[in-house]
Amino acid sequence: MIEKAGMTDARKSLYFHLGLIGALFILQFILPAYHHGNLARIMVLACYAMGYNILFGYTGLLSLGHAMFFAAGMYGMGLPMVHLGWTPEPALISAIAAGVVVSAGIGFLALRTSGVSFMIVTLMFAQAGFLTILYFGEWTRGDEGFVIKQAERVMAGFDLSQPVNRYNAALILFSICLLLTIRLVHSRFGRVMIAIRENEERTHMLGYDVHFHKWMAVIMSGTMAALAGAAYALLFGYAGATFASVQYSIFPLLWVLLGGAGTALGPFVGTLFMFYLIDLSSSFTTAYMLIAGLALVLLTLFLPQGLVGEFRRKVVPWLS
Amino acid sequence: MAVMTTPHISADGISRHFGGLIAVDQVDFAVPRGEIRAIIGPNGAGKSTFVGMLCGRIPVSAGRIMFDGKDVTALPAHKRIRQGIAYTFQITSIYGRLSLQDNVRLATSWRWGNDERAIQNTIEESLEKVGLADRMDQMAGDLSYGHQRLLEIAMGISQHPQLLILDEPTQGLADSEIAGFVKLIRELGGDMTILLIEHNMNVVMDTADQITVLNLGKVLATGTPADIRANREVQIAYLGETHA
Repeated sequence: MIEKAGMTDARKSLYFHLGLIGALFILQFILPAYHHGNLARIMVLACYAMGYNILFGYTGLLSLGHAMFFAAGMYGMGLPMVHLGWTPEPALISAIAAGVVVSAGIGFLALRTSGVSFMIVTLMFAQAGFLTILYFGEWTRGDEGFVIKQAERVMAGFDLSQPVNRYNAALILFSICLLLTIRLVHSRFGRVMIAIRENEERTHMLGYDVHFHKWMAVIMSGTMAALAGAAYALLFGYAGATFASVQYSIFPLLWVLLGGAGTALGPFVGTLFMFYLIDLSSSFTTAYMLIAGLALVLLTLFLPQGLVGEFRRKVVPWLS
Repeated sequence: MAVMTTPHISADGISRHFGGLIAVDQVDFAVPRGEIRAIIGPNGAGKSTFVGMLCGRIPVSAGRIMFDGKDVTALPAHKRIRQGIAYTFQITSIYGRLSLQDNVRLATSWRWGNDERAIQNTIEESLEKVGLADRMDQMAGDLSYGHQRLLEIAMGISQHPQLLILDEPTQGLADSEIAGFVKLIRELGGDMTILLIEHNMNVVMDTADQITVLNLGKVLATGTPADIRANREVQIAYLGETHA
């Protein structure tokens, strides 16, 4: 179930994921415009899910407040661009800094609890973050949100509002997050994260500072989520409080569960699956959430390890 | 006599209260380097709580713990482990969904930095010692209960500790496995100090240099196996006044 030691498995897994990245690159020349746009959005949201997966899938900590990290990146990007006239490059740095600071602070406090209390505390912090965004409506424009103008969304000479540039920027970000995840999981630090998920008490009594590892996992997870939030603001030109709401804390949990918690590719597959499930079912019924819900229940019952998790279990045990 | 040198591990009046319950009550305890010390006592005597305090899993309510000449009372468990204490749980605690070698790897890899060869050698050598080397790639969760206990002991050994604390290691082992375990402990005894909580009196008598008897959270007696066997108070604690 877990990757074994040895270069060959790690290498096979790496080639598999590099192959996928290659396939996504080629797809942009084939896909019709509508799906081309969707896939760019899905890749960015998958980065959010991959960040969530670091904490939930690999470290075993269930957060219900990741929307605040996503929003930290989104507003860390959007606010200085709109109010201070920053270009995307420094705004990206401020977005990442916002992600690090918010996740380090929240992580420090929330990790004083565990289990159900951790879920509740992260949920409450996220709710406080959401209300803070509404409170400062003068700058954030609250629920209504604000648009980042097309002319400002130019990074390193590329107009990121153009579909081709947007798709490839999303693909670059997606590749970075995916390869970072694989690198992390095969590192010594990643092995300890997995050990904490599997048996926290034993890990502590083998000589590991469990609390420190969990804190770092929150920071890595939160920062990756913030990076996704920043990219979303930049690529799609909009920031709004909806992205900080409870709904957006639940989404990455669902995506990761569907795709396979603790698999590198699960977050992407889960995001893709759910996006199109809603997209397709809403095209022929207004009760599309009913269909989506039913599909979720069936998948959870019959594929408890998620799509990629079951695929790994049955077909390719070497997958990261 | 060992009393002339600094003890390897010692406790100075340590206590542990759980609410109003006093599990361990002002225990003084000292073991010299290289000794095999068995800790015995009736159920509820406070044995596991006592060794839990020594390794840092359970904080002390009062008292002081010295290990290798240093005060470790305030040190969190993971730091004590890195100073050379290894601990095995009373209820088997392994990574069921990891292979045997990955279990041992987690136990030992922090000792070796990036020396992958040394890690691999230690894994093989430790599993060899408990007779599980041929199952290295199996999932630990698929092992029998007795084998899981042996795996946990291998994890302890792989840390090359100065002090090895074993909480009821032979519980659930078959007779043949117990014989192997006794042999292993005797071999290890010269290299490291061993604290052994044990219910099986044959194992205690065959391995221990000294025995400490706990009863109701206090030390009832300390002595050689022969002393303890002859001790009337110990007989009463185990068998009850009327039978003694």
